[in-house]
Amino acid sequence: MIKFVLMVNQQGQTRLSRYYEPVELSRRAALEADAVRCCLSRKKDQCSFVEYKDFKLVYRQYAALIIVVGVSDGENELSIYELIHNFVEVLDKHFSRVIMFNLDSIHIILDEMIQNGHIVETNKNRILAPLTAINKMVEG
Amino acid sequence: MSDVVEKTLTALPSLLSLDSQPGSAKLSSNSKLGNLIRGITELTSKHEEEKLIQHELSSIKEQVSSPNTTMRQMRELMVRAVYCEMLGYEASFSYIHAIKLAQQGNVLEKRVGYLAVSLFLNENHELLLLLVNTVLKDLQSTNLIEVCMALTVVCQIFPKDMIPAILPIVEEKLNHPKEIIRRKAVLALHKFYLIAPNQVQHIHNKFRKALCDKDPGVMTASLHIYLQLIQENAEAYKDLTASFVTILKQVVGGKLPMDFNYHSVPAPWLQIQLLRILSLLGKNDQRTSEVMYEVLDESLRRAEMNHNITYAILYECVKCVYTIHPKSELLEKAATCIGNFVLSPKINLKYLGLKALTYVVQQDPKLALQHQMTIIECLDHSDVIIKRETLELLFRITNAQNVTVIVEKMLDFLRLSKDDHTTVDLAGKVAELAEKYAPDNEWFIQTMNAVFSLGGDMMQPEIPNGFLKLLSEGFDSEEEDRKLRLFAVNSYISLLQGDPSKLPQRFLQVICWVLGEYSYLKDDLDPVVVLRLLAQLLDMKGSSSDTKSWVLVAMTKLCWSETAVSVAQQVAETYSSSFDTTLRQRAQELQHLSRDSQLHSRVLPPGGSLEPVEVDSSLSFLDGFVSEALSAGAAPYKPLHQRQEELSRSKALSLEPYGLSLPISTSSCSITDRQSPTLLSTSSGLSGDSTDFSHRGSSTTLKLDGVRRVWGREGYLAQKEPVEEVAQVEIPSPLRSPGQQGDADSCHSRTPTANPEGDREKQQLASSLFGGLSSQSSVCLMEKSERFGRKAKGQRASSTPNEQRSDPSVSSSSAVDNLLCNNLLEENSEPIDSSTKQTFQHPQSLRVPNGACDAEAIISDDDTKGRNRPVSPEEHVEGDDFPPCEDKSKDLSLTAHLPAELSGFSHSEIIPLCSNRSLDLSACHVQTDNTVVLVVFVTNSSEDANLQIQVLSEELEVCCPCESPVEEVRGHSVSVRQYSLTVKRPLVHFELVGRLSYSAAGTLQSMQFSYKLPLTSFIRPLTVSTEEYGSMWLAFSHDTKQNLTLMKEEQEPLSATLNALKKKLSLHVVEIIGVEGLVACSLLQDQPCLMHCRVHAGRLAVWLRSPVADLPDCLLYHCQRALQEH
Repeated sequence: MIKFVLMVNQQGQTRLSRYYEPVELSRRAALEADAVRCCLSRKKDQCSFVEYKDFKLVYRQYAALIIVVGVSDGENELSIYELIHNFVEVLDKHFSRVIMFNLDSIHIILDEMIQNGHIVETNKNRILAPLTAINKMVEG
Repeated sequence: MSDVVEKTLTALPSLLSLDSQPGSAKLSSNSKLGNLIRGITELTSKHEEEKLIQHELSSIKEQVSSPNTTMRQMRELMVRAVYCEMLGYEASFSYIHAIKLAQQGNVLEKRVGYLAVSLFLNENHELLLLLVNTVLKDLQSTNLIEVCMALTVVCQIFPKDMIPAILPIVEEKLNHPKEIIRRKAVLALHKFYLIAPNQVQHIHNKFRKALCDKDPGVMTASLHIYLQLIQENAEAYKDLTASFVTILKQVVGGKLPMDFNYHSVPAPWLQIQLLRILSLLGKNDQRTSEVMYEVLDESLRRAEMNHNITYAILYECVKCVYTIHPKSELLEKAATCIGNFVLSPKINLKYLGLKALTYVVQQDPKLALQHQMTIIECLDHSDVIIKRETLELLFRITNAQNVTVIVEKMLDFLRLSKDDHTTVDLAGKVAELAEKYAPDNEWFIQTMNAVFSLGGDMMQPEIPNGFLKLLSEGFDSEEEDRKLRLFAVNSYISLLQGDPSKLPQRFLQVICWVLGEYSYLKDDLDPVVVLRLLAQLLDMKGSSSDTKSWVLVAMTKLCWSETAVSVAQQVAETYSSSFDTTLRQRAQELQHLSRDSQLHSRVLPPGGSLEPVEVDSSLSFLDGFVSEALSAGAAPYKPLHQRQEELSRSKALSLEPYGLSLPISTSSCSITDRQSPTLLSTSSGLSGDSTDFSHRGSSTTLKLDGVRRVWGREGYLAQKEPVEEVAQVEIPSPLRSPGQQGDADSCHSRTPTANPEGDREKQQLASSLFGGLSSQSSVCLMEKSERFGRKAKGQRASSTPNEQRSDPSVSSSSAVDNLLCNNLLEENSEPIDSSTKQTFQHPQSLRVPNGACDAEAIISDDDTKGRNRPVSPEEHVEGDDFPPCEDKSKDLSLTAHLPAELSGFSHSEIIPLCSNRSLDLSACHVQTDNTVVLVVFVTNSSEDANLQIQVLSEELEVCCPCESPVEEVRGHSVSVRQYSLTVKRPLVHFELVGRLSYSAAGTLQSMQFSYKLPLTSFIRPLTVSTEEYGSMWLAFSHDTKQNLTLMKEEQEPLSATLNALKKKLSLHVVEIIGVEGLVACSLLQDQPCLMHCRVHAGRLAVWLRSPVADLPDCLLYHCQRALQEH
């Protein structure tokens, strides 16, 4: 089960967060800061999974952006690690430039991939289909 | 592999350029969100951020409420509000506008509206109700995109109570020509199943249809539901094993369209999902496992490609192979696979390999031997996560031979650990190992000392409790017990002579208890020395008041000699005026008992007698006193809360500040006098509230009563109480600095690395670590260690009794199977075998599983399937007269036949019992106020006559109000029989067996059927007052206790959980007092059952009591289930 997805920059500022388990708004900032600190303190040669409280964090860094996914203990960390990459490839396919200003679109993409903490779609064309359709309608 | 990834990485265009090159964001320079993000990025302090966001929020607030704001602007504002809230600043003013945007916007605006709603609101937010109409409208829209986004939001967040409003439309979408709509409809049903399983019980057959969908995406979506269902009850879905195997085979074989591939691996996440499902199905079931051997073999073989994702699949595969019924060939391959993982230079793979190994050694500890050198290396790995995982692995292979080495490694890690969660977890594990495998007393005590000092006060309270219990109960040999205790005493004395201020409170409490009980064992020790050492703890700054009361209790036990008494008197004097009532009480005890040596030796016999103390918990010895007092005109006893009420009524005194603490002690005093279900001891109940105290204190005899309550339990028991108390009270954090201790040891633990002798050292370490693994570990169990084995848990025997196997009706699923085959092949436009095509054209062939599924859904419990289909398979196949789609209408038509006198009550769904060409039997049960009535509907469409129905049950009394045979029912008429049911003895489920005999073509024939109903059908709410509850509680003899999961409700977890139970099991919530709840119900009218619930450590501790044997246990089962379903 996926508990949350975070996109943060190297300064630890949250660019996107999506929770699949209810977490109070007031506790989110602390949780995010904590999680990011955990991941940032790791060296390159250390593994991409960290224990955090009673669950695990899987993280992957792309340039200055870090994507952190919180998963329950029974999850297959490596498959989540690759899921992150799949997500990034989808983003890459859709956006040609700066993505972080398109908060809504990223969310729409993420919503197609993960729901209620489950991976529901990984086929890139299908992930993008609804967003592309919406954009076409708006333009046309 | 990583090359591929790295290339992709570098190929990614300026994806993340915002952070790396701020200048490149020109394109979006007009975007207000862009400005905001950029603004925030440049800020340096949290304070500045707060100022900026507050400013932003007020500007958004102004604009959203302006009537001139267009939807387009609104969309942009919403995204900004989302961003602000994401940073932790509430933007609740915008919630309603998000809903409006979803209502009124065009496509993109609508999508953003929905998105904002799903991000802003939680499932229970009241505003969500306003969304229902919009969703309903969009679901019916002709615009597919709108339908699509409505379904998406339904999958994410939808009010539970409103599901019925949209369920029919969502179901309709399952037949939509577009795959994406079907897929999302299936996911929506999954969501409904997660939040309200009862609502979708009737559509289980539609899940099967989704599994057979010709589009792989829809099929994939249905797997989420199946994984969930199979987790809950694998037995019911064994027949689908072959289908899942076929799907996996086709996926692995590359039969899916190319765009399902990820880095040339076909649908990896789908494969993982399927493997998880298979391992659940094949667990402890040889026949089912055999079906999947081939495809598992192929999966293992296919994974030669060197990419992370194939390893992720392999990992799942290995786990599956080791979960299902073993096949040696596969086990070997899987073991080789693990080897590749563990030996991999890639750290992520190594991690996963260790994780796999940890899982696998539980089945086969010898596997660890193959990788012992790698494991040793991982133990000293620079990455703490790898180390941690390795310790987890070692924990699983610990035995009496290697325990000392492994525990040492774990303690080393503990000393360095800074993470609370890890510390608590590891300390618990070390304690478990120490108790199970300790080679000798000395080691045991020293290890536990380390656990107590490292685990600190975060440690689970069970550890010190268990340790003291072990010490006090002792083992078989008197002499050994003495040695162990003596050793503990010696070790603690020297600890106290050192610097006790460093020790955590919990540890100090343990020390106090042990010294109080057993310091007499040390002959050359003057109790005064111990008393002085203890007294020194009282003066320590860091000592909590709990620790102080432990000290005082220990001192009370030790003051025998005159010098001792004088020391004790001094201390007692200081604390007898303490503000802390508990401390004051203890000091009083100390004072009185040290003065009166006769009383002292009676209450605390020297030498600590270990005989179990009999406690007259009803305090019957006071009966005479009470009646005397009553006859002398004393007021009868009133429970505390009643007094409280009266007090607050009579005097208009504001008791507000005490409001919180009162109810806790209330319930523990009033209901549970006999044996408190809460861990609160009576004394803490007393100390909690001063009015109570003064009440009791009104006469001298009562004061004595106060003393007696504590000492009445005498010696050992009285000491145990505080242990439990400690579990309750939060203790201020210890003054421990793990760093200091850690530094000293870190150099020690790192030594065996990187020196020429290192290898030999490693070899030695290996032999000590893996000792006992090669031979059967039971052989090497040392004689002594078995004494400690009292805590050995049965975890390793993995098969549980309820995982019994039943014959999976594989054959019946072949239709589904073929269908799947067909569809997947069709997708790839491969030649279609004519026979499979034929199957595809007959949806009726799906009926068998569907029918079973329906029945299963109604009764909603395990392994009902076989029993609910008592008719021979042929009959079922013949039963094509009513394809599944008619089931519902039939249900409706039969409902009309319910007897008028029962129509006012709720009835279960009508399920078919048995049928042949002309006869059709269905049944349901109706819950009236004081009984349960089984209603059997007989539909007869032929001339056959002379029907007779017999219904029997072992556990139920079946009583038929009218004893005549079913009147001649002909020509599609429906006749109804009623049987009133009463419970002979409680069971979780009751089963009725019946026989229908009829004459057909001149001969007498019969059919059998069965019907199952849960205990809950017989449960009715029991309305009692709290006082009545209290007196009933004491009168009941059968009880059971357990911890249940608490619902994850933010605000009122207890009342939410109780309400859920109330709803599902029709219980009556008598009262909720603080963290405790009183619930009452009865089995029909005359067999009450009471439930006492208390929130403790995030769990719900329930205690059920009833005069009826088995009723508490059975009811507990249903409570558990009800909460699981939730």
